[in-house]
Amino acid sequence: MPKLTIDGTEIEVEPGTSVLQACEQLGIEIPRFCYHERLSVPANCRMCLVEMEKAPKPIASCAMPCSEGMVIKTDTELVHKARKGVMEFLLINHPLDCPICDQGGECDLQDQAVGYGFDRSRFAENKRAVNDKYMGPLIRTSMTRCIHCTRCIRFAEEIAGVPMLGATGRGEHMEITTYVEQAIASELSGNLTDVCPVGALLNKPYSFTARPWELRKIESVDVFDAVGSNIRVDVRGSEVMRILPRLNEEVNEEWIADKTRYAYDGLKRQRLDRPYVRRDGRLHPTTWADALGTVAARLKGVPGQRIAAIAGDLCDAESMLALKELMQGLGSPNLDCRQDGAQFDTSNRAGYLFNTGIAGIDQADAILLIGTNPRWEAPIVNARIRKRYLAAGRGGLKVGLVGEQRDLTYPYTHLGAGAQTLQEIAEGRHAFCEVLRGAKRPMLVLGMGALARPDGLAVQAAARRIAEDFGMIQDDWNGFNVLHTAAARVGGIEAGFLPGPEGRDTAGILAAAGAGEIDVVWLLGADEIDTAALGKAFVIYQGHHGDRGASRADVILPGAAYTEKNALYVNTEGRAQAARMAAFPPGEAREDWKIVRALSEQVGAKLPYDSLSQLRRRLAEVSPVFARPEARVPAAWGAFGRDGQLDGAPFRSPIGNYYMTDPISRSSVTMAQCTETFVLPARERTGTHG
Amino acid sequence: MSADIPANQPPGQPPGEEPASFVFTAENLERARRIIAKYPEGRQASAVMPLLDLAQRQNGNWLSRAAMDYVAAMLEMPPMRVYEVATFYTMYNREPVGRHFVQVCTTTPCWLRGSDEVLHACERKLGIGPGETTPDGQFTLIEVECLGACVNAPMMQINDDYFEDLDAASTERILDALARGEKVQAGSAKGRRGSCPEGGPTTLKEFARRAGVQPAGGDD
Repeated sequence: MPKLTIDGTEIEVEPGTSVLQACEQLGIEIPRFCYHERLSVPANCRMCLVEMEKAPKPIASCAMPCSEGMVIKTDTELVHKARKGVMEFLLINHPLDCPICDQGGECDLQDQAVGYGFDRSRFAENKRAVNDKYMGPLIRTSMTRCIHCTRCIRFAEEIAGVPMLGATGRGEHMEITTYVEQAIASELSGNLTDVCPVGALLNKPYSFTARPWELRKIESVDVFDAVGSNIRVDVRGSEVMRILPRLNEEVNEEWIADKTRYAYDGLKRQRLDRPYVRRDGRLHPTTWADALGTVAARLKGVPGQRIAAIAGDLCDAESMLALKELMQGLGSPNLDCRQDGAQFDTSNRAGYLFNTGIAGIDQADAILLIGTNPRWEAPIVNARIRKRYLAAGRGGLKVGLVGEQRDLTYPYTHLGAGAQTLQEIAEGRHAFCEVLRGAKRPMLVLGMGALARPDGLAVQAAARRIAEDFGMIQDDWNGFNVLHTAAARVGGIEAGFLPGPEGRDTAGILAAAGAGEIDVVWLLGADEIDTAALGKAFVIYQGHHGDRGASRADVILPGAAYTEKNALYVNTEGRAQAARMAAFPPGEAREDWKIVRALSEQVGAKLPYDSLSQLRRRLAEVSPVFARPEARVPAAWGAFGRDGQLDGAPFRSPIGNYYMTDPISRSSVTMAQCTETFVLPARERTGTHG
Repeated sequence: MSADIPANQPPGQPPGEEPASFVFTAENLERARRIIAKYPEGRQASAVMPLLDLAQRQNGNWLSRAAMDYVAAMLEMPPMRVYEVATFYTMYNREPVGRHFVQVCTTTPCWLRGSDEVLHACERKLGIGPGETTPDGQFTLIEVECLGACVNAPMMQINDDYFEDLDAASTERILDALARGEKVQAGSAKGRRGSCPEGGPTTLKEFARRAGVQPAGGDD
């Protein structure tokens, strides 16, 4: 381990540490533009120059590995002079348009110019101007501001895996461009606006709407997929202005997917802001008292067997627990939080969690993807696999896929389309078995494309057998992973929002409602079901958007979206994380658990909690994950699944359009533009439309 | 010029038209394979520059997007990486050029020796300015930086050939001959051999006499 001296302090660092990283370990801040800790190091901005003893000139600290006996000085006249020189060169061609630049106030160049800038310009010539580039509906460009740090090029190539950006021309004529003027076709493209240190690549929908210093910043968690990306919600007044990632090495590192970042404008449209009751075939706005009274009157005298509840994809754990206990109070066993009809055994927690954790992918050397398209179901997980693929080097990570063939941004072997291939692997008859046997840290990722089918239990059992037979279950490693698609799913399972004894699941509820065996169906934000199948049942829709469920409802109880309530969500790893209220729900909409609590009193099955903290205590009794928020609660291995006949039908990913998967993103204009730009042309090309 | 490098093919389409597709001829495909084989396995991308050159030669001395995409596909590299190379180097033309691509050097040594005169002669003769192509698509004229033939300044390059020791008259003569479709002798317009001194050697004459050899480029 090399030992070196930085500003008179001795420090010992890991071999391969750069001087810049060593300085950071000592808390010495080194200015930089091109260096980014998650990207490769080009050392082209020259801002991080420091003085090294015995070197004839300042060195770029980001690219200089520490070695024994180095003496580094970061605060000398020479260093300051060098950095000031670099800054002056950078500013020569950078426009002085900070007052109209969206990056103003959170701009690396602006900040560092305060420390190293000169108070006037010595450059008498004309500044260069560069044409703006088209990069799709999410990124606005202002290329004159670009300082050619090349972070965007490296992000696109290394993290996103879509090498569409490059630098054309040279010298003063160098430009960052896609050359062919195309939208950046990545589900992670929004992160380009974060890695850009200046105002060249900007958040298009947020353009010119707010200044960073007038926003309230609320730390929260994302609900558009089951990853539970940590986010920061920036609000002004009661309006969500933008969503940014929050660092969490275990979950999303510092990236978020585009739906997470850009679907928030769906929160402003199609909102249910008052209760409605259907009379004479039409929905009429009404008061809470009337709506709750109507529901209570309808529920009166209905036997529990004839009542059912289905929870949707965006529900928080509190409301699901409250509704579950209300249903229990009413004597109904007909509950399901898997509106996609997924069949899997929930008796053992290891059977439905992403057991390695998302960070566990960093250790995997063989991955078997089953019935999943992680690029659309969880772009952050997909990026983590790509990261592992790059870090493992040539042939270090082998990926096999059973299911639909998609461009996943890393190479994989397509093993087969459906359960038959899975069976072959489980029986050890497939060529990929050798890869799994040879791996030290093998894992499988079981997607909803494989579980949301009638033979889900058998698929789950086959996957368990593969996990056990091919060494995925080790003392310190559980390579059996289920990748959920909905933020509510694991929370619902942990809260026990599942069919009770003799209870019906989603398919059973729909069939029974259609057949007239169920009279009342409570849809808690459930919009992805076939509402036409509900027959003549009395439908209560509780949710925040006027979507499929609401249009079928007989009573609408307006709830709060994820930015409008303090609520827990459990991600696919079994990690409970708290979303925090950033704005109040619109109009008369209320937090969901309060609605259920209010109704419980009217139907004479009063729930025993009056505050969120009481409800959270109850949650912690129900499942250990709620007792330890933010932490991943590992699950012990055990038997689950049910051996059975596997269906020959191919696995199909449940997501047909990444940009529109739920009521919020379906209401978002930005997501509609993305669909038009990325999804529809691809369907035309492959002829899968219509 | 190596025997293996093909001469520029005449433009296959009218100037300004972006062709929809590009494929190597069977002959060039074989050349491309030999070029790629020079690089280690997994490092085929290193062949991008010679392959672009080959494509440019086949494509009438310019690179269409289709040609760049074709090279990218052949080397299994992202098209963007090929565009970067093609835009970085000035010797790749990304717009159609005339049959005779006239590059007049105007860097200091040539300029001191009268490159202005050469350039003006070209402009006069061809009726176009630098960066323009004659309407008949025969000539494209550009000014370039040093081409490394300063000892024979001023000079210009037409396609693969250097024409050196120029003045207005010799420039016009060369352009006239090309316009008539004749083949023109490349090299010094003054009949110099290589870069030997004009008017014969001035030094080492005694050594040559003693060795009994004729000094190169000498008149006597």
